[in-house]
Amino acid sequence: MRKLKAQIIDEAGFERTITRLAHEILEKNKGAESIVIVGIRTRGEFLARRIARKIEEVEGVTLKIGSLDITLYRDDLLGKLEQPQLKGTDILFDLNDRNVILIDDVLYTGRTIRAALDELIDLGRPKTIQLAVLVDRGHRQLPIRADYVGKNVPTSSSESIRVHVREVDGEDSVLLMHPELPE
Amino acid sequence: MQYLLKNGRLIDPAGRRDEEIDIHIVDGKIARMARGLSVASAQVIELKGKVVAPGFIDMHVHLREPGFEYKETILTGCTAAAAGGFTAVCCMPNTNPPIDDESVVRLIKEKARMALNGLVDVYPVAAVTKGRKGEHLAPLAELAAAGAVAFSDDGDPVHDAEIMRRALEYASMYNRPVIQHAQDMPMTKGGAMNEGLTATRLGIPGMPPVAEDAVLARDIQITKYTGARYHLAHMSTAGATAMVRAAKAEGLNVTCEVTPHHFTLTDEAVSDFDTNTKMNPPLRTREDVDALKKGLKDGTIDVIATDHAPHSFDEKQVEYQSAPFGIVGLETALGLVVTELVNGGVLTLSQMIEKMSTNPRRIVNLPEIRIAEGQHANLTIFDPAAEWIVDIQAFKSKSKNSPFGGRKLAGKPVGVINNGEAYWI
Amino acid sequence: MPLTSKHLLGLDGMSRDDMKLILDTAVSFREVLERPIKKVPPLQGKTVANMFFENSTRTRLSFELAERRLSADVLGFQATGSSVSKGETLKDTARNIEAMKVDMVVMRHSAAGAPHYLVRVIDANVINAGDGGHEHPTQALLDMYTIREKLGRLEGLHVCIVGDIAHSRVARSNIYGLRTMGARVSVCGPATMIPRDIGKLGVDVYHHIDDVLPTVDALNVLRIQMERDAGRLFPTLREYHNFYGVTRQRLEKAGRAITILHPGPINRDVEISADVADSEHSVILQQVLNGVAVRMAVLYLLSSRN
Repeated sequence: MRKLKAQIIDEAGFERTITRLAHEILEKNKGAESIVIVGIRTRGEFLARRIARKIEEVEGVTLKIGSLDITLYRDDLLGKLEQPQLKGTDILFDLNDRNVILIDDVLYTGRTIRAALDELIDLGRPKTIQLAVLVDRGHRQLPIRADYVGKNVPTSSSESIRVHVREVDGEDSVLLMHPELPE
Repeated sequence: MQYLLKNGRLIDPAGRRDEEIDIHIVDGKIARMARGLSVASAQVIELKGKVVAPGFIDMHVHLREPGFEYKETILTGCTAAAAGGFTAVCCMPNTNPPIDDESVVRLIKEKARMALNGLVDVYPVAAVTKGRKGEHLAPLAELAAAGAVAFSDDGDPVHDAEIMRRALEYASMYNRPVIQHAQDMPMTKGGAMNEGLTATRLGIPGMPPVAEDAVLARDIQITKYTGARYHLAHMSTAGATAMVRAAKAEGLNVTCEVTPHHFTLTDEAVSDFDTNTKMNPPLRTREDVDALKKGLKDGTIDVIATDHAPHSFDEKQVEYQSAPFGIVGLETALGLVVTELVNGGVLTLSQMIEKMSTNPRRIVNLPEIRIAEGQHANLTIFDPAAEWIVDIQAFKSKSKNSPFGGRKLAGKPVGVINNGEAYWI
Repeated sequence: MPLTSKHLLGLDGMSRDDMKLILDTAVSFREVLERPIKKVPPLQGKTVANMFFENSTRTRLSFELAERRLSADVLGFQATGSSVSKGETLKDTARNIEAMKVDMVVMRHSAAGAPHYLVRVIDANVINAGDGGHEHPTQALLDMYTIREKLGRLEGLHVCIVGDIAHSRVARSNIYGLRTMGARVSVCGPATMIPRDIGKLGVDVYHHIDDVLPTVDALNVLRIQMERDAGRLFPTLREYHNFYGVTRQRLEKAGRAITILHPGPINRDVEISADVADSEHSVILQQVLNGVAVRMAVLYLLSSRN
């Protein structure tokens, strides 16, 4: 069992972070005209919907939202103890020449994003792919960085970050957990 | 060599004896039989709780020599027989060349005399037809004169009714039985196991029980018409058991045998595609097993014989449909009979001995074994209470194709004595 | 939640959870097949040997496509012209192939139980692509996938298999799979083509197709082996077509929309009439497409299982 070390983002902070990320995306892309939103399953998918809704509120548009299951592109699949269940990729629109906003909850080693980039490129040829994450906790193993970061959180690699979203976990929060202690 | 068999339980159905008695054997002959014997010069074999019986004969064995010595030889087959508690075997003619010429009969008898100094008597069963092809009669009289005790095309049926009729007529002149492998060939073409639920589930082509029954039904009519002697090999079905029972009631000279695997296993044993469950006739159903046991109990079935059919390891290491039919049986027979039939309440020890010694000897015209002072000692000694686990690698047979590996059995051979030789297990 | 077994030998005895896992996973691969680049990397670096001891263009191509779309290296092996025709045993052939460091073996063989034998002599994952008259599990899974896709469920449906049930591995795998998933299964064909005791597997037996059609939701029409069976299991092809052929007239008389499946290749106007094969109720071509997705799911689930 891991014990809670600190709450990094609370309910209200969560909402503010989403709003800020939405505005940054709009500012950088000069509006919502060319963008599509893709969330990485599971939690990134819900964050994607939140950010998209916020952009839609501000701009009065309807965005195309998809979700990406990167399981088939993972590089650690064969060594895993638990075989992850495929939830499927669900992108029912053309990615060609769009600015794809790829959204995930936590940026850590960069391997998930590498897999997501590979899959996106197999699905089409976007004009740009921009990465938005709720938390960047460091410890990158690949040359990957986020374009939009909710919060930078310095961690040790033995700690863990837990993101809760209302749709799955009943509350919005980001928690920093202590290293796992032996029983 | 002198042996003193101490405190054994002598069960001799022919001599109507069942008593604890000591037997003193000198140079292969029974010198004295009495209680409390003491002979200083004899090797004493303590047999308290063990059974001493007239020597067992397995009247259905494939020794494979000549021609298939990589599966079994006369020597290894005889050793397996002795280790299984048999002092005699009848060997089947599907060798290469087949036993369809007197020279082959003589060859086998000669080799058998040299193997183990003649401990195990080998009685050839000669082919009914030339080359076992089912077309022309083999020289039955010459074969009988050379020492063939019966005729059979075993492995294949005598399929042609006319040939069967003539063979029965001809063999009856020499009082020899024709042993039939009853199988309708077109009905079983491509078949690899019993036709029924398990074959349907596994998608393995089936061999219907009626393929055995139909040939037997015809043969019984021909036997009745010719008045000859007919013996059904490895009977496996409830239908055949009923027909043999009726034929006997009618007074026909029809006898039959059953194998230990057919009264022990059902076709459900095939479920994991173990090629050591593939034999011909195939393993049948629970109803058939029950009928066979009933037939054993009421005397319809005269004989227990193994259909010992050795095949090399590689021959059975193939997909089920390609595997040859048959399993080895000499070294598990006694244990299976005691476990399934004696302990299962089907046979008494005395009835078991009749079906493994007295009856088969009578069918192939061998003299009755007499256990009395002055007689030649031909004995099988076994422990009906001993429990053991079948270890296939310990088989004396050259082949190890048995589905019974790891099986716990009760009843174990202790030794055999015959022709002045002894073999202790 | 991985599959229970290391191999896919058959559906007889497979749990409902395992079947559901394969069918649900196939949905994801079905989506991959709609992408512009129909290839994903999970079997990268893995080698799959397709050992076909019996001719089968369709199944072999379907497996091969599934393997390549998962980025596996594919080794093709066909019995004709190989050492098998020179008397090499299945055991030696399989061990030789495995010595080339093969991770998975897909095998088609004319003998029932051949893949069950194979798993005793090699370590690779084995997928049965049809063994004699025994099982053809991926065919049944794709049939089930296709029925579920078309009718939305399997539970409570009545599926009838028409044709030579006795010699059909497709029939057996369908019976085991569909019954496990809660469907009612019946078989229909002349008595010569219905194997002994099949009722004990929990299926209803019909000899007259018009008796069963009024309650059927999906009809799986088996291919007639014309060369082999005419004159032996039924008198003539004309008689078979007249009494068991699935025709528009028969289906209209039954008065309900019946989904038509066929494992292919079809004999037009023998077991099925051309207009039925091409009708809106026929899902024969969907079966082909779904076959690739189902085989991808099986390969993926077995390969990534520890």
